[in-house]
Amino acid sequence: MAKMNMLQAINNALDLAMAKDDSVVCFGEDVGHFGGVFRATSKLQEKYGKARCFNTPLTEQGIAGFANGMAAQGMKPVAEIQFADYIFPAFDQIVNETAKFRYRSGNEFNVGGLVFRTPYGGGIAGGHYHSQSPEAYFAHTPGLKVVIPRDPYQAKGLLLASIASQDPVIFFEPKKLYRASTGEVPEEYYEIELGKAEVTQQGKDVTVLAWGAQMEIVQKAVEMAEKDGISCEVIDLRSILPWDADTVAASVKKTGRLVINHEAPLTGGFAGEIAATIQQTCFLYLESPIERVCGMDTPYPLALEKEYVADHLKTYEAIKRSVNF
Amino acid sequence: MTNPNNATITSVHTAEFTAGDALKIPTLRILRDDGSLYEGASAPELDKVTALKMYDTMVFTRVLDERMLAAQRQGRISFYMQCLGEEAATVGSAAALDDKDMIMAQYREQGALRYRGFTLEQFMNQLFSNEKDLGKGRQMPVHYGSKDIYYMTISSPLGTQIPQASGYAYAQKLRGLKNTTICYFGEGAASEGDFHAGLNMAAVHKAPVIFFCRNNGYAISTPANEQFVGDGIACRAVGYGMKSLRVDGADILAVYKATQMARQHAIEHNEPVLIESMAYRLGAHSSSDDPSGYRSKEEEEKWRQNDPISRYRLWLIEKGWLNDSDDKATIEALRTEILDALKVAEKVAKPGIEHLISDVYAEPIPALQQQLDELKAHIRKYPDAYPVTAGRLD
Repeated sequence: MAKMNMLQAINNALDLAMAKDDSVVCFGEDVGHFGGVFRATSKLQEKYGKARCFNTPLTEQGIAGFANGMAAQGMKPVAEIQFADYIFPAFDQIVNETAKFRYRSGNEFNVGGLVFRTPYGGGIAGGHYHSQSPEAYFAHTPGLKVVIPRDPYQAKGLLLASIASQDPVIFFEPKKLYRASTGEVPEEYYEIELGKAEVTQQGKDVTVLAWGAQMEIVQKAVEMAEKDGISCEVIDLRSILPWDADTVAASVKKTGRLVINHEAPLTGGFAGEIAATIQQTCFLYLESPIERVCGMDTPYPLALEKEYVADHLKTYEAIKRSVNF
Repeated sequence: MTNPNNATITSVHTAEFTAGDALKIPTLRILRDDGSLYEGASAPELDKVTALKMYDTMVFTRVLDERMLAAQRQGRISFYMQCLGEEAATVGSAAALDDKDMIMAQYREQGALRYRGFTLEQFMNQLFSNEKDLGKGRQMPVHYGSKDIYYMTISSPLGTQIPQASGYAYAQKLRGLKNTTICYFGEGAASEGDFHAGLNMAAVHKAPVIFFCRNNGYAISTPANEQFVGDGIACRAVGYGMKSLRVDGADILAVYKATQMARQHAIEHNEPVLIESMAYRLGAHSSSDDPSGYRSKEEEEKWRQNDPISRYRLWLIEKGWLNDSDDKATIEALRTEILDALKVAEKVAKPGIEHLISDVYAEPIPALQQQLDELKAHIRKYPDAYPVTAGRLD
C-alpha cells in the first residue's frame, strides 16, 4: 500500500497497464512529455517512448477516430480528452463508431480495449466549459460502458478493469478530486469489476445514491442526517452504463426510500433513469417519492456556482423530505 | 526548438498574396480510350494473371450492379448502390495492394471487395440481410465487411473511416507489420471535419496510410463546384505536408501505378499519401436517387464514352491476353450465376432473435438479457405479428 492522490493512482494504473501489455498506448492533447494538463500521464513517455505515449494535434474527433482505428487493429488505446466539456467534437466518432463497431460488423471487428479518459465535473471555478458532467449523453448509447470513480483506490481498479474490458469505456475522472482525494492504494495490479455498484455504508431508513465527486457531498449530508437520527444506506453507483439496478433495488426494498444526487442538470440526467427503474421494481416498497438532487437546468455557472450545485445542504433537505413524507 | 512555428520562414518586404490556385496538380493518364498508351507513358508491370483478374473483377462488379439494381427495382432488396464508371478506381487500387493491407472503404468500393475475394454468396447474404450475412443482418445493403480479407465493415456516416484509417495504420506500424491501410472516401466526404482530423494526424504521427479520394463529381446531387473551390482535393495533401497524386480514375493502369507508388512510399517511409482519382459517377447516388433532377442526359452520355472497362479491354486484346469473343458468354454466364445466387440468398432465414442483443457488448449486459426475455414473451402472445421470429424463439 502507498498513499496516493487520484492523479497518482491513475498514473500508476496507466504505468502498470503499459508495462503489462505492449498494446496499451496513451495519447491526447499535451499528454506526451508534459504528462497532460493535469499530469495524469506524467513520465509515461520517458518510460515507454514517444511511440506509445504522445501528443496529438488539437482535434478531439481526430483523437477519437484514431483511437477507434487503433483499437480495431487490436491495440488498446487510452485516449485522453482534455476536458469532458470538449468531448463533443468527438461525439460522432464515439456514438456512431466506437459504440457500434462490434454490433454493426456482426463481431467481425470490435474496439474493445479502447478507453476514453476525461476529467469532468465542477468545483474548480471552471465555468460552463470546464465543469460539465456529460455522462447521461453517453448512457443513452448502447455499446459504451461509462465509469466514474470516487477516490484513488477506485480510480486505479476501475481504470485497469476498463483497459482490460472487451468493450469500449468512457472513464470520467472527477477533476475536483485529482489532488484533493487521497488514500491508501495497493501498488500492485488489481481490477474492480465494471457494472457493479458498491454499498459504502449500511443503513435502514433511506438509500442515498451518487457517484464520482458527489460521493463526498452526500457523505456530508448523511452525517448531518444521522445526527437527526436518520439511518442512511449509501451507494456509489460507479458504473453508469451498464448500471447495477439490482444493488440499488435491494437497498430500496430495505429502506423504502431513495435520494439520488448528481452534478449534471436535472432534466434528462441519469437520476431520471434510475428513478424510473426503481419505481417499477420497488413500487410497493416505496414509502415516499424518489428525490433527485441535481444541478439546475442551466449551463454550469461561474460566480454563482455555490448556489447552483447539488450540495450537501440540498441533499440533507432531500433526505429529510424523503423520510418525513 | 529552433523553429517554434514549424513553418518555412522566408521574408519578403512587399505585401503579396499567394494565389488560391497557385498549386495545380496534374492528372496521371496512361491508357487512352482506344486502348493505346499515351505518348511517353508506360504500362505498369503487370502479369497476365493479375491483369485478367483485374478485368474479371471489373466485369463482375458491373454485372452485379446491373443485376442488383434490377433486384431493388423489383422490390427484392431494399436498397442498392452502384459503382458504374468507377470500377477502375477501386479495382485498380486494390490490385496494387498486399492481401493483408487493410481496406477502409466508404460504400461504393465493391470492386476492391470483390478483388479481395468476397464471394458472390457473401455479397448476396449481406444484400438480403439473412442469417448467413457476416454482419448478422444489421446494416442496410452494401455495408459489407470481412475480417478474413481485411475489409473493414462499412459505416454509413461519411468520413468517419478517415481518422480511423490513420489510427489503424499507426497500429500496423507499431506492431512492425509491413502493411498499409487504404482509406476510400468521396470528394463530398472530404468536406467533413474527420477528413482534416484524419489527414493531419496521419501526417503528424507518420502513419502508413493511403487516402484514396474518389472525386466522382457529385455528392448525391451536389456537384463538386458547390462542394469546394480550388484545385480539387489533391492539393490539400500538400497543406498537411503529405505526398499527393492525381490520377484518371477511369484509367486502371494509371490507378494501379499510382497506388503501387503510394504503397511503396507509405511502407518505406511510414508516411501517408493522398491519391485523388477523377472518374464520373455514371449511376445514381443510390437506388433512392434520381439524377435526372440535377444533371443532363447529355452530360452523362459524354462521360459514358469514358468507360473504364472498354478501354482496358481494348488494351488486353491488343496484348493478346483477351480475345474479342470471350466477353458475351462470360457476361451471360455471370448473369445466370448471380441470379441463381440471389434466389438462394433470398430464401435463407433472417438472423435469429438472439442477434437483436448480441454484439452490442462482448457479452449481453443484464438489462439487455431482460429486455430480450420480455420481448420473447410478448412475441409468444402475438406470434402472427412477428412471423420472422415467432416460430423459432428457442
